[in-house]
Amino acid sequence: MTMKIGTGQFKERVDQGINDSFMRGAVAGAQERIGTRRNDVISELNWEEWRSHGEEIRQHVLEHLDYYLEQLSENVAKRGGHVFFAQTGEEANEYIQQVVAKKDAKKVVKSKSMVTEEISLNTALEQAGCEVIETDLGEYILQVDDHDPPSHIVVPALHKNKEKIRDVFSEKLGYQLTSKPEELAGHARKKLREEFMAADIGITGCNFAVAETGSFSLVTNEGNADLVTSLPKTQITVMGMERLVPTFEEMEVLVSLLTRSAVGQKLTSYITVLTGPREELDVDGPEEFHLVIVDNGRSNILGGDFQSVLQCIRCAACVNACPVYRHVGGHSYGSIYSGPIGAVLSPLLGGYDEYKELPYASSLCAACTDACPVKIPLHELLLKHRQIIVEKEGKAPISEKLAMKAFGLGAASPLLYKMGSKIAPMAMNPFTDGDKISKGPGPLKAWTEIREFPAPNKERFRDWFKNREKGGKQ
Amino acid sequence: MKVTLFATCLVDMFQSDVGKATVELLERLGCEIDFPEAQVCCGQPAYNSGYVKESKEAMKRMIETFENAEYVVSPSGSCTAMFREYPHVFKGDSIWEPRALKLAEKTYELTQFIVDVLKIEDVGARFEGKVTYHTSCHMTRLLRVASAPMTLLKNVNGLEFTMLPGKEQCCGFGGTFSVKMGQISEQMVDEKVMHIEETGADYIIGADAGCMLNIGGRIQRTGKPIQVLHIAEVLNSR
Repeated sequence: MTMKIGTGQFKERVDQGINDSFMRGAVAGAQERIGTRRNDVISELNWEEWRSHGEEIRQHVLEHLDYYLEQLSENVAKRGGHVFFAQTGEEANEYIQQVVAKKDAKKVVKSKSMVTEEISLNTALEQAGCEVIETDLGEYILQVDDHDPPSHIVVPALHKNKEKIRDVFSEKLGYQLTSKPEELAGHARKKLREEFMAADIGITGCNFAVAETGSFSLVTNEGNADLVTSLPKTQITVMGMERLVPTFEEMEVLVSLLTRSAVGQKLTSYITVLTGPREELDVDGPEEFHLVIVDNGRSNILGGDFQSVLQCIRCAACVNACPVYRHVGGHSYGSIYSGPIGAVLSPLLGGYDEYKELPYASSLCAACTDACPVKIPLHELLLKHRQIIVEKEGKAPISEKLAMKAFGLGAASPLLYKMGSKIAPMAMNPFTDGDKISKGPGPLKAWTEIREFPAPNKERFRDWFKNREKGGKQ
Repeated sequence: MKVTLFATCLVDMFQSDVGKATVELLERLGCEIDFPEAQVCCGQPAYNSGYVKESKEAMKRMIETFENAEYVVSPSGSCTAMFREYPHVFKGDSIWEPRALKLAEKTYELTQFIVDVLKIEDVGARFEGKVTYHTSCHMTRLLRVASAPMTLLKNVNGLEFTMLPGKEQCCGFGGTFSVKMGQISEQMVDEKVMHIEETGADYIIGADAGCMLNIGGRIQRTGKPIQVLHIAEVLNSR
């Protein structure tokens, strides 16, 4: 039960990513397309004001999370829904397995949900003898392609292009048409229709639950979530425990921030809000409704240094802006949560043992922090992780610790610092070739494998300045 | 106007020409320059690697060294941003937080100081050549200085300017990132150099020693006919 994807060490995965020129082309293209569209639609608003408002809403909810969760559960129950609080992923999966068993369900259709990926719900359902069909087109493609893991939290099959998708469909589904998106989507749609009609249970994620009414919203472009929530007799919605808002008013703000940030659209094609099971006069909708609220480590984040990461609305704007993600792709992160948000969240939910490299997979360029529609200080949280890895976890390499200790001593003493910088040209002399160092020792080795390093100036700036003062200005 | 120069350790040791150009430029603009010998490093390499305790020692020395200055000016956006970050680092420390705040408030990056404080947009420079400019992440995103260097460059006589494609993309320096995650850093700097080449510029201008070290080092290694210059050097040429 894990959010982990792929195998091998971090560096190996990164090498694989870097060497996958096809994937990199797809990622760079997507970053530019989504990025341009996003910039266009946010420029229509007073974006900074909207961001501040979004941040305020998310912070308010987190500060009063117990209150709103209680209100939400009461209102869901009032409408005849069942609410289950799962402290762990296992608990959530067990509960859902029980519902499946009680209903004697053989087929489950799902709309896109990261939290169910996080808790590996599909595996749990398959173990319970259930067939699981992902109905979001991206997720469906990955499922058909032997469960290829998602490489992006919003566009899970970002690493594939239409030709690759045609190949997958041809091989696995006997598809015989071209790589035209309409034909590919048409084929998937036909296949999925049959699944929708035959499904016993529909499972969805949740973009935002509305505490005041016990409703939850789903934001899609394909309308698949509407079929997941209207055809099967039983519906289960799985949500991360922080994904709620007080009222519809706040939902509207966050949905506006979400669609603009995620895909550069003012609105997506479908924004669906559902409240409880079918009522007497309803023509469709499930007869039974279950809401599974998943903690899975979130309580431990609440109230600590990383609380702001729970503000996340899973828009992936940070991922789309990230230059590291651009070159290594989502699978390199080894987690279903990739990019900057993944680098912050994965060590918190999955532990430092598994994800200790991720906080360092950032140049701290802060493009993520700038892009975040709810102002999560992502690059600062990455720094916080580094501090914890060094100070509390003791996982930093010894050579680095010694170098930093020396830094502490050297930099803190003006005299040592001055001496150090004075002898540098002499110390570096054996490695110096004219004005540059091409094969540096120690920490310079990694640098000079890629680039030249300048030889220290024979006359430091400070010496020039001092001599100039003495000699009188020219 | 009295200006106390925070040269940065990279400029002090490796790019003394940048320091000289900064001094001459500011003097020409009517400033009196002071360089306190006790200055060390701003602490960023250790801070950004998670060694907060070690970095605080350097920060305290820097606060002591610069707190009596009228204005502190630095030819590096990232190091200036670090000074501005000090109050956050010392948050809750009753002695050092107020001192850090005082320092942060009077610290400026060079072009920011010229445009915002000296209120000069044309420094009277002349530079013949085709150039492009690297915006630097910390300068634009942390310090929020984006227009000042553009304003100053626009007014340099003889200078032919081309905007750098993908200018908001990081060059891959990131301090220790450049060696700790060398394989990723290499891809980033290569994309940056590719964009610089696309402009057909003979010079890549920057305002941040770290980025310049990275981009320049890669250009030199791959043998591209492009020169790296600090904006102070361009603004100081007549």
